[in-house]
Amino acid sequence: MVKQKIVVIGNGMVGHHFLEQLANRPERELFDVLVFCAEPRPAYDRVHLSEYFGGRTADDLAMGKVEQYREWGYDLRLNDAAVNIDRDNKVVTSASGASEAYDHLILATGSYPFVPPIPGHEHEKCFVYRTLEDLDKIQAAAKQGKVGVVVGGGLLGLEAANALKQLGLEAHVVEFAPGLMSVQLDEGGSKLLRDKIEELGVTVHTSTATELIEEVDGGRLRMNFKGDKSLDTDLIVFSAGIRPEDSLAKSAGIELGQRGGIVIDNQCRTSDKNIFAIGECALFNNFIYGLVAPGYTMARTAVSLLCGEAAEFNGADMSTKLKLLGVDVGSIGDAHGRAEGSAAITFVDEQTGVYKRMITDSEGKKLRGAVLVGDAADYDTLLQYHLNDMDLPEHPEQLILPALDGAAPTLGADALPDTATICSCHNVSKGDIVGAVQGGCCSVGEVKDCTKAATGCGGCAALLKNVVDTELAALGVEVNNDLCPHFPYTRQEIFHMVQVEEIKTFDELLHKHGSGKGCEICKPTAASIFASLWNDHILEKPHVGLQDTNDTFMANMQKNGTYSVVPRIAGGEITPEKLIVLGEVAKKYDLYTKITGGQRIDLFGARLEELPEIWRELTDAGFETGHAYGKSLRTVKSCVGSTWCRFGVQDSVGMALTVENRYKGLRSPHKIKMAVSGCTRECAEAQSKDIGVIATENGWNLYVCGNGGMRPRHADLFATDLDDVTLIKYIDRVLMFYVRTADKLQRTSVWLENLEGGLDYLREVVIEDKLGIGEELERQMGNVVGTYQCEWKTAINDPEMLKRFRQFVNTDEKDEKIVFVEERQQRRPATEEEIVKIAEPA
Amino acid sequence: MSEVAITRTEWLQVCKRSDLVANSGVCALVGDRQVALFFLPDQEPQLYAIDNWDPIANAGVIGRGLVAEIDGELTVASPLYKQHYRLNDGQCLEEEDIKLDSFPIAFEGDDVLIKIDQ
Ligand SMILES: Cc1cc2nc3c(=O)[nH]c(=O)nc-3n(C[C@H](O)[C@H](O)[C@H](O)COP(=O)(O)OP(=O)(O)OC[C@H]3O[C@@H](n4cnc5c(N)ncnc54)[C@H](O)[C@@H]3O)c2cc1C
Ligand code: SF4
Ligand code: SF4
Repeated sequence: MVKQKIVVIGNGMVGHHFLEQLANRPERELFDVLVFCAEPRPAYDRVHLSEYFGGRTADDLAMGKVEQYREWGYDLRLNDAAVNIDRDNKVVTSASGASEAYDHLILATGSYPFVPPIPGHEHEKCFVYRTLEDLDKIQAAAKQGKVGVVVGGGLLGLEAANALKQLGLEAHVVEFAPGLMSVQLDEGGSKLLRDKIEELGVTVHTSTATELIEEVDGGRLRMNFKGDKSLDTDLIVFSAGIRPEDSLAKSAGIELGQRGGIVIDNQCRTSDKNIFAIGECALFNNFIYGLVAPGYTMARTAVSLLCGEAAEFNGADMSTKLKLLGVDVGSIGDAHGRAEGSAAITFVDEQTGVYKRMITDSEGKKLRGAVLVGDAADYDTLLQYHLNDMDLPEHPEQLILPALDGAAPTLGADALPDTATICSCHNVSKGDIVGAVQGGCCSVGEVKDCTKAATGCGGCAALLKNVVDTELAALGVEVNNDLCPHFPYTRQEIFHMVQVEEIKTFDELLHKHGSGKGCEICKPTAASIFASLWNDHILEKPHVGLQDTNDTFMANMQKNGTYSVVPRIAGGEITPEKLIVLGEVAKKYDLYTKITGGQRIDLFGARLEELPEIWRELTDAGFETGHAYGKSLRTVKSCVGSTWCRFGVQDSVGMALTVENRYKGLRSPHKIKMAVSGCTRECAEAQSKDIGVIATENGWNLYVCGNGGMRPRHADLFATDLDDVTLIKYIDRVLMFYVRTADKLQRTSVWLENLEGGLDYLREVVIEDKLGIGEELERQMGNVVGTYQCEWKTAINDPEMLKRFRQFVNTDEKDEKIVFVEERQQRRPATEEEIVKIAEPA
Repeated sequence: MSEVAITRTEWLQVCKRSDLVANSGVCALVGDRQVALFFLPDQEPQLYAIDNWDPIANAGVIGRGLVAEIDGELTVASPLYKQHYRLNDGQCLEEEDIKLDSFPIAFEGDDVLIKIDQ
């Protein structure tokens, strides 16, 4: 079969989306694909570019990975810009001199920042804000300066101003127009935003035109404004709008708009039918869409057409919701009420700094637009009214007025038509979600996996949950979070009752709040809660029957009924003497010995009755239990850090020891793993852990809620440059909050995903102490730390506890059915066939 | 006289009350047979005896399982693959055709007695 050839020019977010969509289709096989990428790395997440200053690395932001493209069979040419299109012969030439023929050409060249031609704008201290390289340069310049100015008070300009502030500069915004974000906000909204931003320490100069930029003494810059005013600064960032990158198309004679932009029709085709243009370089209906979601829609349209399906791009909604310098801002539809016959309803609360305005038609029946500043909670509801052209309720003002009785009239999911878009990043409609639920998805998590909804910017998560829950209820599926049939409560509720009523035993708990006799779900859950709160020994009488077998015998049962023995090796640091003890014990009891991923040594194959003797020898040598059997802190992995490594910037082993010794023994809803790396090279893989700590020049960056395993999740950056004390304080709070509020067997990753408000909320609780429980969480943790005991050490000195470690209660014989064979000089359990063979008389 | 002698031979003394662990299980060896013994002081009956061999996991571990009430019935959850076995007759709740042997068991004073065909 002769394949057709697709050449893609530009590997930004939209170009990448095109390639990803194509890769996931069977029709992928029909094409050879080649990509020209002018940047030195494949596509990355420009939308979250600013987080690069917050500690996210280029790798974190990467969307297209070189290996991924190789896997997809794409020919990726990094650092090689296309420089010419020969449309007659259908050949593209590149900067490196490559000539590539195409059948279909995709222009995804994006846009570039517009820099107003003010004299002096070429100065080396003038920057733009678009690529990772731009940010590197700004960061370097900021190190030597005190003041930074952003020219442009639009959405991007304010984001840049925030970045300058984060870099420690005194930030100014200079805007030509009378208001900030004039594209999205009306006058009132814009004014309130300005007040809020100035409160945060950013100086705003509106109606200010820069006429000249000149270097003054000491290499600083002076901006001279119209009307004799001036401002001295150390650097300037231009963010005065974008211009479509259309030069290549222009020289190839493809039709452009009057003010630039590659003209496309509703199939995203340019004036040359073999050439598509998608993303920010494309001009549709005389409009450039400067957001990523419309670009994605264009990309999907082009992919469908190439695969022989009908598809159309019919423009896109430009509504946006975002947080600017911590201020919630939302803009929907016609925010200015420019259309004829518009009526407005405005709500202003100067006390709290909230501005909300709805634009309706003259009868107040349909929502044409809205502006929200300071509180964007109503955004989802308003947006759905607007997008679906739904009739407004009788008193539309209630949609933005603060609800007096707490009953804000949020739009029920029922009222939405099936065509309503719930997730615009991935274009998932209500119908798609309903379909997924009817097809068997029973939770928000499952619907996310299967439809991708709310996995983009995440702004639709609350609405998604609403739709899923409503649909589940409609199907008669009870949304049941009960712990088990014996307790009609969630784990969180039970935790609360145990704490408040100071319940100490399972019998008491069952008697007061449960029914029946308990099971293997509620018993260990209760045991874990008791341990988190009261920290009794797990083998104390009332708790004995509650534990899973591994907790009961303080060891992990292996497939043949024997156990593994896992002493704690905090931070992976071990003296040669202790290493020898491990070797000697392993040899004496003939234990299979293996080094684990958590930097410990596991000894396998101990018989039940051998456990106490083995542990007596280990504890005598100074070892403690490693809690490998419990839902509790497992290991804190570390690299050698600044003590040995030439790159290290902090003592990562020291910190790992502190952390491991603090949290060892903490019982939690699921196992917890941690790691500490000595620098950003991240040799300890902290970002795949529940708690990850990475050293920086100034302290520690804290990452939370990652995990490896079946469903890996990268940890989220939680806070940066913390000193030792603050780091421990935050970890205390995060962990205790998790222990308190998580569901049974919920790992931190899933917990965070289900936590309403997500990472931001967790920050509010932990850093800003919004719930006022910060100190209580620390106290609780302090209590766990203070009552720590090595469970094995206690057990081997208590004859009553040791009674359990008898293979048979009526004889000292061994279990003859446990059979080992030798492999690679060590023992392992015999397979069934081997056992049969051994049993046969020779 | 003869009557008492007959009962004593059928019932075998396996261990003492103090060898049991309340609300949990232990294991005894009777002949070459491993038997899991459960002692639930608040239930009626208080004692249960079933085979210790878990035929699904192929290991002698039933006595180390967690006692769980499932749909009103007392069971033990096998520690390896978590199937439930009914304490009073050894029936596996998940696999209809798997049933562990179960044995009559009772206290006589401080002795624990069991009845096993050998
Ligand atoms: C700081 C910042 C914040 C933003 N925040 C948001 C937001 O919150 N929400 C939102 O929706 N949007 C936001 N945007 C806009 C969003 O990033 C863009 O809409 C999106 O990146 C457009 O994608 P694109 O692929 O069309 O263009 P780009 O991402 O610009 O990619 C175009 C690529 O093509 C390359 N290229 C150009 N010419 C050639 C050539 N001749 N040969 C080879 N390669 C070439 C360029 O180097 C570039 O890598 C933000 C943008 C910035 C800069
Ligand atoms: S995933 Fe999504 S709608 Fe969904 S949040 Fe994105 S835009 Fe918004
Ligand atoms: S993370 Fe940094 S300090 Fe630690 S071993 Fe790697 S390079 Fe060295």
